[in-house]
Amino acid sequence: MEFLQLENIHHSYFSSTQAKEVLRDISLAIREGEFVSFIGPSGCGKTTLLSIMAGLFPSTEGKVYIDGEELSPHNQSSIGYMLQQDYLFPWKTIEENVTIGLKIMERSNHKHKVTANALLQEVGLPHVGTNYPRELSGGMRQRVALARTLAVNPKILLLDEPFSALDYQSKLKLEDLVVETLKTYRKTAILVTHDIGEAIAMSERVFLFSANPGTLHKVFEIPEALRELSPFDVRQHPTYADVFQIIWKELESLG
Amino acid sequence: MDNTLFKQYQQMLKKEKRFVRLYQLIILLLFFGGWELLSRLEWIDRLIFSSPTHVWHTFIEKVSDGSLTLHVGVTLMETVIGFIAGTLLGTFIAILLWWSPLLSKILDPYLVILNAMPKVALGPILIVALGPGYFSIIAMGALISIIITTIVVYTAFKGVDPNYSKVLQTFGATRWQIFQEVVLPASFPTIISTLKVNVGLSWVGVIVGEFLVASKGLGYLIIYGFQVFNFNLVLMSLLIIAFFATIMYQVVELIEKSVIKNNG
Repeated sequence: MEFLQLENIHHSYFSSTQAKEVLRDISLAIREGEFVSFIGPSGCGKTTLLSIMAGLFPSTEGKVYIDGEELSPHNQSSIGYMLQQDYLFPWKTIEENVTIGLKIMERSNHKHKVTANALLQEVGLPHVGTNYPRELSGGMRQRVALARTLAVNPKILLLDEPFSALDYQSKLKLEDLVVETLKTYRKTAILVTHDIGEAIAMSERVFLFSANPGTLHKVFEIPEALRELSPFDVRQHPTYADVFQIIWKELESLG
Repeated sequence: MDNTLFKQYQQMLKKEKRFVRLYQLIILLLFFGGWELLSRLEWIDRLIFSSPTHVWHTFIEKVSDGSLTLHVGVTLMETVIGFIAGTLLGTFIAILLWWSPLLSKILDPYLVILNAMPKVALGPILIVALGPGYFSIIAMGALISIIITTIVVYTAFKGVDPNYSKVLQTFGATRWQIFQEVVLPASFPTIISTLKVNVGLSWVGVIVGEFLVASKGLGYLIIYGFQVFNFNLVLMSLLIIAFFATIMYQVVELIEKSVIKNNG
């Protein structure tokens, strides 16, 4: 059994006037500690698929297995979800923001401070615990959001375009930080992105989806030589452009 | 160089503040001075419009025989209780509506009707139902602000960015946890701003209630003064109401500042 497995996922949204099929027959498997990316044109249901994996709502059909256990409403604590923006709570300090997940899950109170400080150290923000989110820059806030996601020690991280709201420099820095942090903790991660370059730079495999309804079109293995490097260095590597071309052409062919 | 410019800027601010205060004072003096003058020259009817000195004499008289403290105390008590009850009940109903979307759909037209209806028109019914006393006056002060509080606070609850809730949902939060950690704190600024509106509304409710039924309170003094044609009493009561309503408003503003400080 693979670490994360999707079996024949179908999903439709219903409104008063129509039923819209957004995902059709998606089956895939991801190994423990692997970093994969989902790319595809808008409307291919990437975010819907991520929400289903996060247990936010069940799919109309199909099953999700994590570490051999079927995902159900009672069993969803093993997922960390990072959104496009940081969504830090402005009325809480950074430390309270980082530990909010632990608080929700009611884990013992006195350990929170230690965890928060260690995690903030890990994401390179050791001295901001008592600050409020508005006092931090966009890149720093997204790093705090990463710390918040890691605080509950999730088995799998779902990253829904977490760099899209950042300026280019912050984005490159954060890519490196995320990959390095996830390697240290040996986390399994799924990144949803519009950016082919980002997908190549960060992941080991890239899943390409086609739209209307969303189906899994093709899976690309990123060459061994690139996987070893940090995202920043991947972008400088000679084979990067070739891989980019291959995926680009495939994406274009979807129209 | 920077330092001197900054000092100049600070001085300019100070100057502007003094200017504003000066003119505020001038308006106040003009109002009371003009009132006194017009009254003495008998350009306005002294019997109806009285004069600041007469009002002052009435004030001293009522303070020294102890009756004013009683009237002010009664009205303040009714207004504060009505205000707090109205705000709390309104917020509570808003929480129920947020909790059950179905309930909010069912109750929607009734909220619209109740909101559109002038609540003071219910006064006589309240008095018949609850008896002529403090209780029906407090009910009036509360009733007038409940529905508008419900509507405004419920709208604020619904307006909270769903992505904040999503963050907590991914941690497996219950609906109650989402309410406590996200929906309520995110709506605090709106709740406080309804407090400001409710201060004014509660005064309206209580004064009208006292017009109708009371034998104590500032509203009673106004009606009594009107009936015996003692307009010194009416104007004095009005000034006292203005004074205390302003104080209540300032208190709410202080609360607002301390709550909103970190909510930005």
